[in-house]
Amino acid sequence: MFAIKNYRTPNTLEEAYKLLNEKKANTILGGCGFLRMSNKTIATAIDLSQLMLNYITEDADYIEIGGMTSFRDVEVSPLLNQYFDGILPKAVGEILGVQFRNVVTVGGTVYSRYGFSDFITALLALDTYVVLYKGGKMPLEEFLIKGSKKDILVKIVIGKKNKRATFHSIRNSQGDYSILNVAVSKKDNIFKIVVGARPARAMMAQEASKFLTEGEINEKAIEEACIMASKELTFGSNMRGSKAYREALCKALVKRGLMEVLS
Amino acid sequence: MKIQVIVNHKKIQMEVAYDEFLVDVLRRYGFNSVKRGCDTGNCGLCTIWIEGKPTLSCSTLAVRVNNKNLTTIEGIGEEAKDFAAFMVAEGAEQCGFCSPGFVMTVLAMKRELKNPTEEDIIHYLTGNLCRCTGYVGQLRAVKTYMGVA
Ligand SMILES: Cc1cc2nc3c(=O)[nH]c(=O)nc-3n(C[C@H](O)[C@H](O)[C@H](O)COP(=O)(O)OP(=O)(O)OC[C@H]3O[C@@H](n4cnc5c(N)ncnc54)[C@H](O)[C@@H]3O)c2cc1C
Ligand code: FES
Ligand code: FES
Repeated sequence: MFAIKNYRTPNTLEEAYKLLNEKKANTILGGCGFLRMSNKTIATAIDLSQLMLNYITEDADYIEIGGMTSFRDVEVSPLLNQYFDGILPKAVGEILGVQFRNVVTVGGTVYSRYGFSDFITALLALDTYVVLYKGGKMPLEEFLIKGSKKDILVKIVIGKKNKRATFHSIRNSQGDYSILNVAVSKKDNIFKIVVGARPARAMMAQEASKFLTEGEINEKAIEEACIMASKELTFGSNMRGSKAYREALCKALVKRGLMEVLS
Repeated sequence: MKIQVIVNHKKIQMEVAYDEFLVDVLRRYGFNSVKRGCDTGNCGLCTIWIEGKPTLSCSTLAVRVNNKNLTTIEGIGEEAKDFAAFMVAEGAEQCGFCSPGFVMTVLAMKRELKNPTEEDIIHYLTGNLCRCTGYVGQLRAVKTYMGVA
């Protein structure tokens, strides 16, 4: 059973970070969507809700999303609906229902680097950075590989240069996790193809993206890029789908994404 | 820990454990319309409003709603009754177990969405599972209630 022995609402990030690192069993609370299903005994639960980390803002170059922002806020944000063809609202919009998305957070999701995550796949197709309290700012791609120990995800920063972007996922039923999810973006002639829920963590299909970025775009090149993406990435089997099924889905979803960003 | 909340416009002081979820606390304080279904975040049965937003009470720690406004179906009885008439007219309820959460979501949607399409309605309600009706009657009732052709 999930249990909490002590509960604190720090007033500064510094205080929160200090508390987090005082004991191994001290834990940051996101929306608790996942935490509550664990058997964890938390020594001190650290609630970030006094730290004003629930925001979506923009300046001339970047959009920033605070770590405590809910998925519902991402979904209905006029700013995020206006940018990148609304890829972020689209990616979170299929995750269970409105009342669930009012609970779960951006910070809890990205910090945990879940393989199945729809949001991370979409973020990776954009120019996204993660800002950690201690670890500072780094590209999302680097964070997904390296991870981090006992830090706090303060915010996500996204380069604002608008681009075409699209997100697709396949689920066994509505409300279930994605069997596979794909995000594709295009800015001028630069393509990014990202595949998640493989079921491993989202990754960019580097070769396929480079092939399209550097080559001529025609039907044959698109078909080839889809095959390249499905060959360069690794896929696995779990209760939701087999390795072979995911590989086949990858080709279909990448093609769908490419056709959309080229339309 | 003691928390101060406003439930259905009434100030209440509640004694809660750090790891207690809102669904249990509300029931302990007599708000029995709030029910637990799946307890994993999937079914929507435990939906209440926190500051007017539909939220899962099974997934919200009670300590986190200190000084917040909560609404359960007991607090919007008249509106719920109005909507219930549409459900009855369409034969949209069977065992009724899913109703408290479903009604809270529909009434939240009525406040939030202006001129929704059928697709908007379905999307808004995907977090409320019903094992009996097959959703068709529910959708008819909601569309009529929302004034959607
Ligand atoms: C039933 C169910 C179905 C789901 N379906 C999907 C789906 O289809 N697609 C999808 O993409 N996702 C899905 N998810 C995952 C969900 O969208 C969230 O990613 C997940 O719940 C974690 O977010 P949270 O805010 O609840 O984090 P929590 O559960 O609170 O925390 C998760 C972890 O992150 C840590 N943490 C939280 N916030 C921070 C922070 N700011 N800094 C550092 N560490 C932090 C916590 O200590 C904990 O270890 C599902 C989850 C559930 C429970
Ligand atoms: S009991 Fe809360 S979602 Fe099912
Ligand atoms: S009417 Fe029985 S679960 Fe909905």
